[in-house]
Amino acid sequence: MIELIVYGIVLGSIIALGSVGLTLIWGITDLFNCAHGDQITVGAYIALLFGGLFNRIGFLQGTVGPFSFSWGLLLSFIPSVIISIGLAVAVDRLVYKRMRRAGAHFITAFIASIGVAWALRGFIYIIWGADFHFYSQGLRPVVFLPAGIKLRVDEIFIMIVAWGAVAGVYLFLGRTKTGKALRALADNPNLARVSGINVERMLIWAWGIAGMLAAIAGILYGIETQLRPEMGWIFLLPLFAAVILGGKGSITGALAGGLVMGIAQQVSTLFLVPTYKPAVAFIIMILVLIFRPKGIFGRGKA
Amino acid sequence: MSILRVENVVSGYGSMDVLHGLSLEVEEGKIVTLLGPNGSGKTTVLRTIFGVVTPKKGKVYFKGEDITGTQPEKVARTGMSYVPQEENIFPALTVQENLEMGAFIREDDIKPRIGEVFELFPDLTDRRKSRAGDLSGGMRQMLAIGRALMLNPTVLLLDEPSTGLAPFLVEQIFEKIQTLNKQGVTVFLVEQNAQALRCADRAYILEGGEKKAEGTAQELMNDEEIGKLYLGR
Repeated sequence: MIELIVYGIVLGSIIALGSVGLTLIWGITDLFNCAHGDQITVGAYIALLFGGLFNRIGFLQGTVGPFSFSWGLLLSFIPSVIISIGLAVAVDRLVYKRMRRAGAHFITAFIASIGVAWALRGFIYIIWGADFHFYSQGLRPVVFLPAGIKLRVDEIFIMIVAWGAVAGVYLFLGRTKTGKALRALADNPNLARVSGINVERMLIWAWGIAGMLAAIAGILYGIETQLRPEMGWIFLLPLFAAVILGGKGSITGALAGGLVMGIAQQVSTLFLVPTYKPAVAFIIMILVLIFRPKGIFGRGKA
Repeated sequence: MSILRVENVVSGYGSMDVLHGLSLEVEEGKIVTLLGPNGSGKTTVLRTIFGVVTPKKGKVYFKGEDITGTQPEKVARTGMSYVPQEENIFPALTVQENLEMGAFIREDDIKPRIGEVFELFPDLTDRRKSRAGDLSGGMRQMLAIGRALMLNPTVLLLDEPSTGLAPFLVEQIFEKIQTLNKQGVTVFLVEQNAQALRCADRAYILEGGEKKAEGTAQELMNDEEIGKLYLGR
């Protein structure tokens, strides 16, 4: 049981990372971005590409300390994050900004985002094919923690990076003027405009943050499991559930929602066949929508 | 010379017109109130002035300049502030952060202004770290006005600040509005509550998107017919 909770926290950290960007965009533009999952996939594959390139440089080939992955992969976080930020912002400018200008209904944008998701995934299939990929072929060392918990060393890395990134974004959103304006915008977009906050400029920040966190989530998810073209698409369900659980536009809610989803999914394997794990996300989402449609942290407005 | 002028405005949502050629003026340094029943188009007047809704016909002038159809984020930079009727605070942000967001476009030190707002609404001072969404109705309304004051506006647009408040709080809000006016802020107050006449200099009565009466607050208060028809007396 405790072991499953720990695994749940590992998975939950990755979900939390992915859900922050999703809730920011949802809160500000009403767009429930279905391409967010595939943005995660893209981040993971870009790291695969650059990790491979970097590994050709002799001294980057070696594994990082006790972890399974190489220095090359660690270094590939940088290009992956940068390209993902660029991609997220570019997609917004090319697709959603035009739709906002045209006053498109949020359902229209929602469907457009499914299109973007398919396009991104198609791109992955063309370049890397449908096969599984791994960041490393080597062993995945484990460590024994008190209470008989067996954890892969990589998972400690995952948690540190995930919560480090989340803490960084949290500080940015809580302490800086731009960060506060982003929260204000996600909280009450109309009032933000009336206060003189430029929505389009702030959206560049929001998409940038979403892209950055998606890339990090993708690489971490790739380290935890393996890379396949549908990894992000399937991951979208727990992400949606986490965001709905947390409440529209609530960053704290998304983080808490992510953890709950991770733990609930892992603990469910005690009672259910693991194949049904994704269904747990679905059930929680439906229960929240029925009993607390504004989410746990979503107060104030519908 | 009026600082704010609305001329023959036709405005609404989609194909539905709410205002049918409305004209009105707000003189500098005054409190002007726009009274009318629910659904008369009061909120649409403010939205049209602030650029949230673009009028189909007619013009809006502020300080003599044509600002018709200017986006709200730009209108906020002209010296006009707007307090919407509903959803007029950032519930997930703290009281302090709400005020900071009110001053988003200011690059200078805003601490003195925050101090002044807390001076006007002392009850907010102790709650500066609280989530705005946790405040009571009266405090929310004070915060909403406080946020709009952060830019030292020349003109303040208020949409039914008395909504849902207990009578003694309504009194308090109207007193604050008068205090602000004495400090030099021009106020355009949209209300359903006829008490607004008591703090106003001039008033308009709106019904069905059309102007039904106008005059000094005194005149309208003493007019029996208007009292019966529109002010529920």
